[in-house]
Amino acid sequence: MNNNETANSISFLSEPKGLKSWLFTLDHKRIGILYLGGIMFSFILGGVFAMLIRLELLRPGPDLVSADTYNQLFTLHGAVMIFLFIIPGVPAALGNFVLPLMLGAKDVAFPRLNLASWYIYVVGAAFALYSLHSGAVDTGWTFYTPYSVQTQTSVVSMTLAAFILGFSSIFTGLNFIVTIHKLRAPGQTWFKLPLFVWALYATAIIQVLATPVLGITLLLLILERLFGIGIFDPAMGGDPVLYQHFFWFYSHPAVYIMILPGMGIISELISVFSHKKIFGYKAIAFSSFGIALVSFLVWGHHMFVSGQSEIAAMIFSFLTFLVGIPSGIKVFNWLSTMYKGSISLETPMLYALSFLVLFTIGGLTGIFLGALSVDVHLHDTYFVVAHFHYVMMGGTVMAFLGGLHYWWPKMFGKLYSSLWSKISVALIFIGFNVTFFSQFILGTKGMPRRYYNYLDQFQPLHAFSTVGSWILGLGFLIMFVYLIHSLFRGRRSGPNPWGALTFEWTTPSPPPTYNFKETPRLTHGPYDFDKIAVEETK
Amino acid sequence: MTDAHSHQPYVAHHFTDAFQQREAAKLGVWIFLLTEILLFGGLFVAYSVFRAWNPDMFHNAHKFLDVRMGTLNTVVLITSSVTVALAIRAIQLGRKKQTIGLLVATLVLAGVFLVVKYFEYSHKFHLGQLPGKYYTFTGVEGSNPHVFFSIYFAMTGLHGIHVLAGMAVISWALINTMKGKYSSEYFTPIEMAGLYWHLVDMIWIFLFPLFYLVG
Amino acid sequence: MDTTGTLFMPPGQSTLSGEVDSLFYFIFYMSVFFFVLIVAGTIIFVYRYRRRGKAGLTSGVSHNTTLEVTWTVIPLILVLIIFVWGFKTYMRMNVVPKDAIEIKVTGQKWFWSFDYPEGATTVNELVVPVDKPIKLLMSSKDVIHSFFVPAFRMKMDVLPNRYTITWFEAIGAGNYDLLCAEYCGKGHSEMLGKVKVVSDREYAEWLEKGPGTGEGLNPVDFGAQLYKSKACFTCHSVDGTPNIGPSFKGVYGHKASLEKGGETAVDENYLRESILDPQAKIVAGYQPVMPTYQGVLKDKQIDALIAYIKSLKE
Ligand code: HEA
Ligand code: HEA
Ligand code: HEC
Ligand code: CUA
Ligand SMILES: [Cu+2]
Repeated sequence: MNNNETANSISFLSEPKGLKSWLFTLDHKRIGILYLGGIMFSFILGGVFAMLIRLELLRPGPDLVSADTYNQLFTLHGAVMIFLFIIPGVPAALGNFVLPLMLGAKDVAFPRLNLASWYIYVVGAAFALYSLHSGAVDTGWTFYTPYSVQTQTSVVSMTLAAFILGFSSIFTGLNFIVTIHKLRAPGQTWFKLPLFVWALYATAIIQVLATPVLGITLLLLILERLFGIGIFDPAMGGDPVLYQHFFWFYSHPAVYIMILPGMGIISELISVFSHKKIFGYKAIAFSSFGIALVSFLVWGHHMFVSGQSEIAAMIFSFLTFLVGIPSGIKVFNWLSTMYKGSISLETPMLYALSFLVLFTIGGLTGIFLGALSVDVHLHDTYFVVAHFHYVMMGGTVMAFLGGLHYWWPKMFGKLYSSLWSKISVALIFIGFNVTFFSQFILGTKGMPRRYYNYLDQFQPLHAFSTVGSWILGLGFLIMFVYLIHSLFRGRRSGPNPWGALTFEWTTPSPPPTYNFKETPRLTHGPYDFDKIAVEETK
Repeated sequence: MTDAHSHQPYVAHHFTDAFQQREAAKLGVWIFLLTEILLFGGLFVAYSVFRAWNPDMFHNAHKFLDVRMGTLNTVVLITSSVTVALAIRAIQLGRKKQTIGLLVATLVLAGVFLVVKYFEYSHKFHLGQLPGKYYTFTGVEGSNPHVFFSIYFAMTGLHGIHVLAGMAVISWALINTMKGKYSSEYFTPIEMAGLYWHLVDMIWIFLFPLFYLVG
Repeated sequence: MDTTGTLFMPPGQSTLSGEVDSLFYFIFYMSVFFFVLIVAGTIIFVYRYRRRGKAGLTSGVSHNTTLEVTWTVIPLILVLIIFVWGFKTYMRMNVVPKDAIEIKVTGQKWFWSFDYPEGATTVNELVVPVDKPIKLLMSSKDVIHSFFVPAFRMKMDVLPNRYTITWFEAIGAGNYDLLCAEYCGKGHSEMLGKVKVVSDREYAEWLEKGPGTGEGLNPVDFGAQLYKSKACFTCHSVDGTPNIGPSFKGVYGHKASLEKGGETAVDENYLRESILDPQAKIVAGYQPVMPTYQGVLKDKQIDALIAYIKSLKE
């Protein structure tokens, strides 16, 4: 225990002390942890909304809440999960912590901007919570006009929240691009970067290019509500479909803001826990850019039945399929990485394997939706709901949790219970599939989404799904318990508990404020497990 | 720490040298400018869409904008771009007084721009050419003329906010110049403020013909 | 629960449903193939290469051009097939046959009304002949709705201030669910209807009878029928429980307190006004969401509804 204290006293966690030192910190690691707190809070909030949704849907007809409340619940669930949890999720929390460490740098390029982005996030979150108080929104997270112009609920404060959160996202992205360009360690050429860095880079490009368009869209929506400017509201001479184009121009690329950093984490995990050089490094790195680029040109696949022209639909469908190819390349590369490896099934790896299975299902069901004639039937049904939970929850959230469990010892210097964490992965994996696989069937059978009440024939599957959500909730409950337990009672972790080769594992856990005593020089690639023998220092 | 950069007070601790810091700042500002362009990009798309749908209404409505005022403002902004560019050159040559003078001139020109805008706006408010549902003017032929004025106010309004933001940035550069923080060796902030100002100017260069000239 | 159909799809009942389903199942089996490939690969590798003791140096393989080309090209070919297939059917969904019967569809919070070429109108029940192409000319009176009939694999958004067009041809008589698939507010999940597919002869007879004229019914019964067919029941109950709107039970003859303050006597004039201009007086505690029935209901129908409401005493 005494040893502990001396090791701890120099870590970024303990020095300097006091609330103020955290609130005014410019240290990327602390900002990462502030973000982590924010997004975990949001995730639980969104998760509680989700549990209420599922509970209401246990049986048809009104049980738990009124129709208006239900509509507010799914809107808030969607908006909180998207804008407050998953978009900042991996980049701002884990990325902030890890990126400079991976580059052997002392900090991100603009530490003040970094802190500012967290405060902007908090202000945005405050607006979102305020909208709860002032008559929660009921438009769906997509804020489609003209409904969003007519409804009595507090659309303005929620859209303002999303608008503000956009700036936080832009600042993070901007910061990362510059950091990656300018602050790499000597010897760290582009092709020696860890793949997580490549993924953050591709993500940052989308953040910077797409988010401003969302900003202006939401601003116009707010003006439409306040002044009736007549851009989106047909009653004033506007066009609601134009709104949809604007919205999806951001929100489609945004789904890759969500998944790309997750894919980056998976590349790290699979290579490290297979103790094996990554297969197809360049293919994985470049496919992210392929995805980022094409993602700007497929937004219309959300609007196949909105009355857009057939030519437009054709082009959007075609490009949508092209996005599937680079994603497939990644999946096959991860699979091949395991070939002839030395695979250990630690908890982060279990998350990575869950990702592999669930993201494949989520991605392949995206192909159903991209097919024009099939999407006509499936659009706005539970099939879509299941698709996006498989990619977001089964993909991004699994990757996020994998990353959290992977870097947790680095962040806090503590190890968590291996047994309980494995039990929790199992519950989450099973609960997730029970909850959402049934929704594919609901969707194909014709169950529309955003339905408070439903026809009797859908009852068995809905009940099944609700039971699944309880298993899922239990899994998360256990996770929160053992993680918090590890903070206080966990075994101390050595600098490199998993035997990885990237820079962040060369500093003590938790790292000192200045990260590295001396700017490190890169001597080997991030995945040279065929050349370098590393010790696991648990 | 082994790095030998501590003798330059303006280099933050996480950069190895002034060059790295300057390059980072430059890249950062360029990316920021890109996001600004995309922000306005959305509005330009809205403009084009509605113009394509209602060419006649747009044409009729644009006649109510005062070309002389618009031209005046264009000249004012271009001049201010020149003064800010000269200010950067002055500081590069280490001429502090001249820099201060040129920055003040830029601010004054920006002020003139806003005053002219104020007169334009109040004239329109007076006529009832207000955005959206507050629109009461009856003199424009074609359907939904309020949309033209909505877009006009949205775009020039957002641009006006950018002018204000630009003035704040330049004032900040001005104060720091007076405090003697910049020299021929270190002038990145003034350069960046100048870049931002050029962007504000450039956006106006697009707004002016679109609204005042072609309508 | 339905008994036919497949695990995923409900029984298909339109000329295009088979085409949609076959593409669906093509993608489905393709997905199963890739899924099994990936999961089996994972399990085999995890088992075969599990870590025993300390991890030593491992193989440095990081490339295999043949493999990489294979897993790029095969999916590419597959998606191209899917793309063309999906696009072809989509075009057929969007090109209306020339001899189609044109029915006007109006979506409105929260019910559907249908205008037939012969002048008949129905609410929430679309009656069509079997084996005839039906063209739907659709628009909305308020927000966006979406016309969705799962059995026909058809869906099309219904927009305010604009017409959208779609069509279908039913291949079997029966009643099929019609749902609103675009979120449209409080009553979105109640915006349900039926598509009633009947034989040619029945369709002709039905038109003949002049649906909604109340021929041969006394006003109260006719009103009760309209209460169902014109969707009043989505918002008004007849047993006293308040819903989106106040219950009809016992309203007549009472006083209704108004949102703006004050109250009004519920008499024939007020009832008529409430149906034709619902926003004129808002009952306290309710939102001004009732649509106007101006142009949807004929005078005789309004009279019948009033008679029906009057009959619902406490
Ligand atoms: C993390 C977020 C995320 C990700 C990564 C994706 C990925 C994809 N999505 Fe998804 N999507 C959403 C989030 C996401 N989506 C959300 C939130 C919505 C709904 C929004 C709303 O309306 O509220 C949505 C809706 C949505 C729609 C609109 C449906 C509708 O409303 O009608 C479509 C249609 O094309 C679509 C397609 C795709 C495709 C083709 C991919 C592809 O990128 C998937 C690529 C991956 C694979 C294909 C799997 C791996 C590949 C292989 C194993 C190789 C073999 C592959 C082939 C042979 C093809 N998505
Ligand atoms: C990152 C994105 C994300 C995530 C992670 C989730 C997670 C979940 N979602 Fe979410 N969902 C969306 C994004 C997301 N969702 C979006 C964008 C929509 C569309 C909204 C719209 O239509 O506008 C949607 C819509 C949506 C619907 C459709 C509603 C409708 O159309 O009517 C449903 C229904 O089942 C649902 C369920 C769930 C469930 C059960 C979870 C679970 O995975 C949640 C599990 C998490 C927790 C439970 C919290 C943490 C746990 C604890 C603190 C333990 C203790 C707590 C309890 C046991 C209560 N979601
Ligand atoms: C979309 C929901 C909806 C539908 C459909 C609807 N109403 Fe209403 N109705 C309301 C609401 C809400 C109110 C109370 C607010 C108001 O006065 O407008 C109301 C009020 C009324 C009142 C006044 C009741 C009172 O207690 O004073 C009458 C009468 C009425 N509706 C008749 C009808 C008839 C007849 C139909 C069908 C032909 C119909 N409504 C369909 C929502 C609806
Ligand atoms: Cu109408 Cu949903
Ligand atoms: Cu998309």
